[in-house]
Amino acid sequence: MTDNTNRIRYLDRLAGKTYFLLGDEACAYGALYSGCDFFAGYPITPASEVAELMARELPKAGGICVQMEDELASIAAIIGASWTDARTMTATSGPGFSLMQENLGYAIMTETPCVIVDVQRSGPSTGQATKPAQGDVMQARWGTHGDHNIIALSPNSAQECFDLIRDCFDLADTYRTPVIMLMDGEIGHIRESVVMPEPLEARFSARKAAQVGEDIFGGSELVPGMIHYGQGSNVHVTGSTHLANGMRDVSTPEVHDVLVRRIYRKIDDNREKIVRVESDIGKDGTARVGVISFGATARPAYGAVKEARNEGVDVDFMRLITIWPFARKQVAEFGKNLDVILVPEMNLGQISREIERFVGCKVVPVSKIGGVSHSVEEITRAIVEIA
Amino acid sequence: MSQLQHRLIDYVRKDSLPHRFCVGCGCGTVLNVFLNAIDSLDLDPTQMVCVSGIGCSSWIPSPYFKSDTLHTTHGRPIAFATGVKIMRPDMKVVAIAGDGDIAGIGGNHLIHAARRNIDLTVFMVNNMIYGMTGGQAAPTTPEGVKTASTPYRNIEPPFKVADLVVAAGASYVSRWTTYHVFQLQKAMQDAMTRKGFSFIEIVSQCPENYGRRVGLRNGTSFLKKFKEQSVNISKAQTMSDDELQDKIVVGKLCDQSRPEFVTELHRLTKEQVEKLAMESES
Amino acid sequence: MDNKDCLDRSAQSSPKKRKKSVESIEIDGDLCKGCDICIEFCPVDVFQASNKLNRRGYYLPIVADMEKCPGCQLCELLCPELAIVITYAQKSDNTETK
Repeated sequence: MTDNTNRIRYLDRLAGKTYFLLGDEACAYGALYSGCDFFAGYPITPASEVAELMARELPKAGGICVQMEDELASIAAIIGASWTDARTMTATSGPGFSLMQENLGYAIMTETPCVIVDVQRSGPSTGQATKPAQGDVMQARWGTHGDHNIIALSPNSAQECFDLIRDCFDLADTYRTPVIMLMDGEIGHIRESVVMPEPLEARFSARKAAQVGEDIFGGSELVPGMIHYGQGSNVHVTGSTHLANGMRDVSTPEVHDVLVRRIYRKIDDNREKIVRVESDIGKDGTARVGVISFGATARPAYGAVKEARNEGVDVDFMRLITIWPFARKQVAEFGKNLDVILVPEMNLGQISREIERFVGCKVVPVSKIGGVSHSVEEITRAIVEIA
Repeated sequence: MSQLQHRLIDYVRKDSLPHRFCVGCGCGTVLNVFLNAIDSLDLDPTQMVCVSGIGCSSWIPSPYFKSDTLHTTHGRPIAFATGVKIMRPDMKVVAIAGDGDIAGIGGNHLIHAARRNIDLTVFMVNNMIYGMTGGQAAPTTPEGVKTASTPYRNIEPPFKVADLVVAAGASYVSRWTTYHVFQLQKAMQDAMTRKGFSFIEIVSQCPENYGRRVGLRNGTSFLKKFKEQSVNISKAQTMSDDELQDKIVVGKLCDQSRPEFVTELHRLTKEQVEKLAMESES
Repeated sequence: MDNKDCLDRSAQSSPKKRKKSVESIEIDGDLCKGCDICIEFCPVDVFQASNKLNRRGYYLPIVADMEKCPGCQLCELLCPELAIVITYAQKSDNTETK
C-alpha cells in the first residue's frame, strides 16, 4: 500500500550512509525501509524511542503515526489498519506486551500480518522498568491463550535491529501472521553504527493477493492469499472459529480442527525457511562444551567462548536469531556430540528449558537477573569450571 | 421455502436469515432500521466497513449485514475501527456493539475516540445487561435489579453513556429506543452522514436475560415500557431530577462541528511530505 | 415533541398525507418468531393473532384487515425478523422516507 514516490524520496536521503543510532531508532528506520505505513503505540520504557522516531519520521515518508490511549488500542489499531493493505507496527515492553496478548491472539486467528516490537525489560510486573532483561521469551511463545504458533526474532546489535525488523515485515506478510521483534532493553538502548542500504533494496509488501470472491481463511494453500477492505468482496474477519470463507462456525469440531492446525502448520511446516541461527563450531567433533545464547547476552557469551578457547577449552557456540519457532533441528545437531551446553540468558532459564527438550546432554542455565548484563568474565568462568 | 423477498434482502448476507436473536430481541429491530437507513441514504455497502465486538448486538453486522466486516475482541471495536478509518478515510466505518462492550470494558476507547472526534459512527445497543453470557449486571443496569452477578440487588448506579460521550467531545450524539423506529432511522442517517464522532445510544430490549428478571418477559411489554418511560430531551430539560428518575431521555443530545482527527492526521503527513519534496527540489 | 404524538400522527395520517398506499402485506412464515410486536403496535389493528404454526413452532400473526393500513411502515420497521414484506403501490406521489 505504500506510496512509493514519497517513500523512495524519503529513503533516498538516508540511503548508503552510516548512522550512529540507538537500537530502538535503528528498528524504527528499518520499519521505514520496510514500507511501514502505519504505526500506533503507547509510551513505555525502554521502547518509547521507537514511537518517538516514528512520530517524527513516518509522516515525512508518507505514513501515519498515532499514539493510542493504551497498548490494547495500539495493537487493535494496527490489526484493523492491516486489513486495508497497510504494513503496520507497534512497539512496547513487557507490561504493554502483556496487555496486547488478547489482540495478538486475534491477529493470529485472523491471520493478520503485523509487527510487534517488544523491548524486554526486567519483570515481572513493573519490575526494574529501566533495566534490561530477556524474560518475555516464553510469553512471546505462549502469552496468548489457545494453541498457536508465532515467529519471534532477537537482534543483538543496532544494525540487526535495522535488518531483522525488515525480515519481520516480510515474514508477517509471507506467513500471514503477527511477528514479534524480541529485543532486549540492552540492545534497544545501545548506540552503534548502522548502515542504511539503497532504497531499491527495499521491499514494501510480500503479501499474496487472492481474487475477489476467493476464500481467504482456508483452501488448498497453507497460507491463503489476502483480500483487503474496499475490494468489494465483503470480507468477513472474525476471531471466532470460522470456515474458509471467514464465516463463523463454532459448532462443527472439524472446522476448528482444520483451521487451528493449518494456522499452526503455516509456521511449523516452514521452519527450514524461517529459522536462522549463527554458529561457530570449533574443531569438528572435539568440543564437549557448547554455549547457546541470543540477543544482547550473545555478545559477552561469544566473547567468553573466545576467551575459553584461549585458555585451551574447546567450545562450540551458537546464537539463536530466530527464537520462535525454536531451532530444534539446529540445536539437536549442535548438541549431538556435546556433554554440556551452557545457556547464558537474562532470565531464569526460559530458553535453556527449551534446549533441554532437543538434546541428550546436560543443559546448564547461566542465568542473570537484576538488570545488569553478563560479563565476559562471568561466562568464561562458567565455561572453564564446567569443562 | 418462502418465496417472499424483503425489499432490503440484498443488504443481508445470503442464507444468514433467520437470524439467531431471541424472540422479540431488539437487535433484530436495530438491524432492520439500520438497513432502512443505509437504503434511504443510498449508501454503497462495498464502501463501508462494519466493526463489532463481543455480545449479541455485535452480531447485527456480523454475519447479517453484507459488507466488509471486522468482528473483533470484547470492548475493542472502536480501537480496531480507528486503524481502519485512518488508513481508509474514504470508507464509511460503522461500529455496532453493546453497552457492556462499548461502555464497560471498552469505555476507555469510547471516551478517547469522542475526545479526538474520530470520523466513526458508533451504534451502542444498550440492553442494560450482559445478555450473551446469561444476564450479569452491566454498567448500565438500573440500581436495585437482581441479575446473575447481583443476586441480591445491584448496588451501582448506571451510566448515562450518551451524556458521557457528549462531555467527551463527540460531534453528534443522540439516544433513542427500539420503539422509536422512525426517529432512530433518521438519527442513524444523520450519524452516518455527519463528519466526526457520531454516537447513538439505542436502548433496546433483552427479554430473555434482562426482561424476565424485571417482569418484562417479551418484546411487546418492553417496547410498551420504553414508550412509557421515554421523555424527549426538550421536555426533559424542564423536568427535575426526581421527575426524570427511571425516565429515558431521548432525542438529539448534541450536534456540533469540530476539527476531525483523521483529517488532521492526514494533513500533518501531507505537510511533512510536501516539505520534504520542496527540500529535495532545492 | 411527545413521542406518543409523533407516532399517533403518523399512524392516523391519511394515505394522502403519507403518500403511500399498500398493495400487499405478507408475513414471511420462515422468518417470523411470533413475537406479536406487529399485532400490539399497529395503530389500526391490521394484524391479529392466529393459531397458525410455522415450521419452527411459532404462532404466526395474520393480516386481518389490509384495507385499514395507512402505509405508515411502523410494523415493517419494528419487526425484529424482517418478516413483514410490504409491497407499496407504484404511485408518482410516492415520496416515502427517502
